Amino acid sequence: MSIRTPMGRARGMGAAGHGVGEFWHQRVTSVTSLVLAIGMIFILLTLATSTYAEVRATFANPLVGGWMALTVISFVYHMYIGAQEVIMEYGPKTWKLGLTLANTGFCLMIAAACLFALIKMSFGVL
Amino acid sequence: MSQIQKPRPLSPHIMIYRLRMTMLMSGFHRATGLALYFGMVFLTWWLVAAASGPNAFGWASWFFGSFLGYIVMLGFSWGLIHHAVGGVRHLIWDLGIGLSKEASMRWAIGTIIASVAITILLWLVVLIVA
Repeated sequence: MSIRTPMGRARGMGAAGHGVGEFWHQRVTSVTSLVLAIGMIFILLTLATSTYAEVRATFANPLVGGWMALTVISFVYHMYIGAQEVIMEYGPKTWKLGLTLANTGFCLMIAAACLFALIKMSFGVL
Repeated sequence: MSQIQKPRPLSPHIMIYRLRMTMLMSGFHRATGLALYFGMVFLTWWLVAAASGPNAFGWASWFFGSFLGYIVMLGFSWGLIHHAVGGVRHLIWDLGIGLSKEASMRWAIGTIIASVAITILLWLVVLIVA
């Protein structure tokens, strides 16, 4: 065990070097998510009483599919950064690596599943 | 000598402060963000079900038409709107506006009023449409 204090070990190392990037990306995706979410709510509202065939016809429209795909990408990137921030602040030290992997995996799965579904509905004939 | 026998004293955390609206809205922002994180599972389910076929979509529609489904949608919509309104407040703060004690308190109270009001308006539209 080193006799150096944690502060002594950290001092002089500088910052990790990518904190500002994440901060900025969080802001950019917050603005894109805000705009995209308004459209998403409108799309979901119009589908509230639709039949299955009508839902598929709506998602076959490239504007709807594209808008929803951008929404998912923006949401998932934003929530990835946000969850990572929570893990770094509150995650117990020994859990940080595992939680980071879980966060990455969860976000990738959500994005992959949503995008696959949207692409299938855009290209696929009902 | 180098072994620390007792945990080092830490600076006091939130428990020593009286609950303030700014503090509550800070917590709400993070809580709604985390809730939306897991709530994305429901949006994903619905999209994948729609892509899978009428049978899977029928199951998803049955769930979202149930009491629990309405609770999920109500929670997701309020969470999304609250996080969005709170996010706009954060963006305004990032510009250096409204950071004084009085202004931040007004913004905090305005955030919860706006998020609840917009959610009620949205669900009134849902009730009219559906």
